[in-house]
Amino acid sequence: MDHHLLHELEHLLGHDGVLSRPEDLLLYEYDGSVEIARPQCVVFPAKTADVVRIVELSNRYKTPIVGRGAGTGLSGGALAREGGIVVSFARMNRILEIDIENHRAVVQPGVVNADLSLAVAHAGLHFAPDPSSQRACTIGGNVSENAGGPHTLAYGVTTNHVLGLEMVMPTGELVRIGGKAADAPGYDLCGLFVGSEGTLALVTEVTVRLTRLPEAVKTLLAVYDRVDDATETVVEITARGITPAACEMLDGWTLRAVEAWVHAGFPLDSAAVLLIEVDGLREAAEEHAAQIAEVCRLHGAREVRVACDEKERDLLWKGRKNAFGAVGRLSPTYYVQDGVIPRTKLPETLREIDRIGKENGFEIGNIFHAGDGNLHPIILFDARDSKQFQRAVSTAEEIIRFCIKMGGAITGEHGVGMEKDRLMPFLFSEADIALMKRVRDEFNPAGLLNPGKIFPTGKGCGEVRVRSQRNGAETDSTHEESSPA
Amino acid sequence: MSSAARIAASRAGEIVGPANVIDGADELAGYEVDGLGPGAAVRPGTAEEVSELVKYAAAEKLAVIPVGARTKLDMGMPPARYDLAIDMTRMDRVISYDPGDLTLSVEPGIPLTKLAATLAEHKQFLPLAVPFFEHATVGGTLASGVDSPLRHAYGTAREFVLGLEFVSGDGALTKSGGRVVKNVSGYDLHKLMLGGIGSLGVVTRVNFKTFPRPTPARGFFAAFETMEKALELRQRIMSSKLSPLTLDLGSPGTAELFSSATAAKIVPEAVTADLPARGKWTISAGFWGSTDVSARYERDLRQMAADCGAARVDVIGEDEIPGQLGRKREFVAIVSALSPGAVVMKLSVRASQLRGAQTEARNIVAGAPIDYATLTNGAGVIYFAMLPRRAGDAAQACRQAAGQIMKAITALGGYATIVRCPLELKREISVWGVPREDFPLMQRVKRAFDPCNIFAPGRFVGGF
Ligand SMILES: Cc1cc2nc3c(=O)[nH]c(=O)nc-3n(C[C@H](O)[C@H](O)[C@H](O)COP(=O)(O)OP(=O)(O)OC[C@H]3O[C@@H](n4cnc5c(N)ncnc54)[C@H](O)[C@@H]3O)c2cc1C
Repeated sequence: MDHHLLHELEHLLGHDGVLSRPEDLLLYEYDGSVEIARPQCVVFPAKTADVVRIVELSNRYKTPIVGRGAGTGLSGGALAREGGIVVSFARMNRILEIDIENHRAVVQPGVVNADLSLAVAHAGLHFAPDPSSQRACTIGGNVSENAGGPHTLAYGVTTNHVLGLEMVMPTGELVRIGGKAADAPGYDLCGLFVGSEGTLALVTEVTVRLTRLPEAVKTLLAVYDRVDDATETVVEITARGITPAACEMLDGWTLRAVEAWVHAGFPLDSAAVLLIEVDGLREAAEEHAAQIAEVCRLHGAREVRVACDEKERDLLWKGRKNAFGAVGRLSPTYYVQDGVIPRTKLPETLREIDRIGKENGFEIGNIFHAGDGNLHPIILFDARDSKQFQRAVSTAEEIIRFCIKMGGAITGEHGVGMEKDRLMPFLFSEADIALMKRVRDEFNPAGLLNPGKIFPTGKGCGEVRVRSQRNGAETDSTHEESSPA
Repeated sequence: MSSAARIAASRAGEIVGPANVIDGADELAGYEVDGLGPGAAVRPGTAEEVSELVKYAAAEKLAVIPVGARTKLDMGMPPARYDLAIDMTRMDRVISYDPGDLTLSVEPGIPLTKLAATLAEHKQFLPLAVPFFEHATVGGTLASGVDSPLRHAYGTAREFVLGLEFVSGDGALTKSGGRVVKNVSGYDLHKLMLGGIGSLGVVTRVNFKTFPRPTPARGFFAAFETMEKALELRQRIMSSKLSPLTLDLGSPGTAELFSSATAAKIVPEAVTADLPARGKWTISAGFWGSTDVSARYERDLRQMAADCGAARVDVIGEDEIPGQLGRKREFVAIVSALSPGAVVMKLSVRASQLRGAQTEARNIVAGAPIDYATLTNGAGVIYFAMLPRRAGDAAQACRQAAGQIMKAITALGGYATIVRCPLELKREISVWGVPREDFPLMQRVKRAFDPCNIFAPGRFVGGF
């Protein structure tokens, strides 16, 4: 990296605001995905004005620049694919305003998702998007990926809860879009920028909607001896028009992995469980829970358990949200996919995933947002075996192609990033991609902001990340690691 | 017809077939937008035809306005140019419907009523309770960005449009989003087109998430002597654990409008509860659920209304819901029918500013020869209607008031636009209000979608 640039960055942010030694950069060459790419430096702005200056410098030195929240992304979004400067928002982590009366909050992008909900819980409110990574991931990262979570089935994804943004454009302009009131006149710019995967602007402030906490919550665990029965249950719940707050599925393989570690109470001999939650008014939650239990039994659930208290409920969710860590104990490396399908196609698609896995010699675990049709097949592989890794990638691709054939899409919540860019042409025509590119080029004309993402580059899937050492150590020390999605 | 128009009509005829070209002066008059008529109007039958038409228009730099049932063409500013109307009403099919997945894909020319009937067969619906419902098409509804009282529970179209296929300004048939309920593949370009009044492209297909029909629904209704008391109830409901389907606040003028013969003509379904509310501020809410759930709503709402000093409270049954919801839905249509000179503004503010915004707007019209009526929905959007008592000075007073209200609302940190008004007003002020700092970003969006500036030039924010 140009040492003049480094010097200017240090001058702006101080020595402790810039990392550039190789051993420091090591931490920033990966995120939650299997991708890897090393930046030349990482900078830590403390305020919006710093971000403006950093962007100006990136332009002056024609150096790529990439925003980074907590680095939990699962598609390589925060990686410096073409090197350059990583802008970490770790220091811009203040909640600027909590407006209880209007159900709004204004936050800096580095605020951790769960911290916002904690900060407003006293007023009976929360920030509804709840990615399973919510104890670590940031609201800036949620905005960029348009993150979802178990409860987005009823509450909607991030874009449904963002009303305004302050952004530094790749050209260095500082702009505000939207605000606390509804329906800013003109094009729905928030709708465009939320989910643009950090390729159109750096977000420096977010105005979000806060949602009331429900009066009552009921959590059910339905246990099945056949995967088909579990998926058929989801189909029928959807078709009956019952919208649970969350409807998650763990297949037998995954629940056994989880149970061995978390002891959430998933029966080890079952083929699948559904973790379903209903909420709302006391009366409504009771009724919906009864209706759902009925559907579960109708479709062969051998047991339907209703969590009797907060403690049991937390335990069930802990099982769900710690699944990633649990899988990590079984295999040092795994590849999580994120396809989406119409809910009516769930049974067929899970059978096909199983078939594809067997054909390619992989055992594939499934733990996913069943109610949304958002699949997360987990493919275990040995990173030391590059052939096996390539096969894992092509197996994942076969699954995604099947999802598309079912009328689905390539990513439900993790984003395209650098991981699925090559899959874009399966879903979108040249004209579709060309228009998206024209939009990107209008906002990011020099292409310096987060290059090499979303759009097919012709490059192969990145070098695989070998995380066996790290992972073993981490899973033992932190019990709170979450599961993919 | 000018010779240029004749050439355009004949070339367009080659694309859509001569039977689908409208070039008679009388018929063309029906396509006028703010007094300006197109040289020709065509009715394509397929997305490919739309693409060909747009390619042709782009090559010839013809100004194009896509239209549906033409109920809301007076939204926005008068077009700067207008050569070709692309009438989408022939493209009115349901392309696919998967009731079990609660997803649906339709052509944009499908009337809302026809769509509602299809969905009703499966006890489903779309929460698009928008003005001119009996005539409006899906495409026009989405492009005009109008909201609906049901947004309180379901959000606006942006929350349930899963993807769009459209023809962009270079004639390319393009799509974004998809047919699944959760999707982050690629940019959400379709969101930009909702409310873009056709300035970015011609929509050729719409994918929706559908909803189970909330029946049987019931309605709650409370009348108050003052706005303050009514607002207090609104705030109480907002911070309670109840989630009504709709939650609207009407001014005394609105109670008056809703009990008029004009209202009964536009919405023939009967209402009884609203009628005795003349002269009062009203809160009306819809809710649904089992007997127990409904009982809980009724009990809590009655209690809260009593605590807030309601002068009168009513709970209505399923049979009166169409009348109550219909009147709220058709607020703009009722106002327009009663008074062709009416100005309807849309004022969006935070909940805490609802009182301030209404008070400012009221003070501005006070003393002028103007009657006013307001309807505020659950999202904090106030529809503020000014009805001039006579032509001439009253109309002039409306124009002046509109400008002042825009300023006042902007000062409160809100947004003020004009939804419906006489053409003369548009000569004096922009219905979109003052361009904001995000305008340069919108210019970039427009350039990417419509590089030759052929779509509805002049009508949208900032003169697009
Ligand atoms: C265990 C686990 C569970 C997960 N569960 C879910 C889930 O349930 N649902 C879900 O949707 N995702 C899930 N994810 C994925 C991930 O947590 C989300 O995508 C999250 O939103 C990323 O946030 P982050 O702060 O880590 O962002 P990062 O990974 O740091 O960055 C993500 C993207 O955002 C951009 N970015 C970050 N901050 C800014 C900014 N201020 N301005 C501009 N661009 C910025 C980056 O450039 C990058 O493109 C999970 C991940 C893990 C590891």
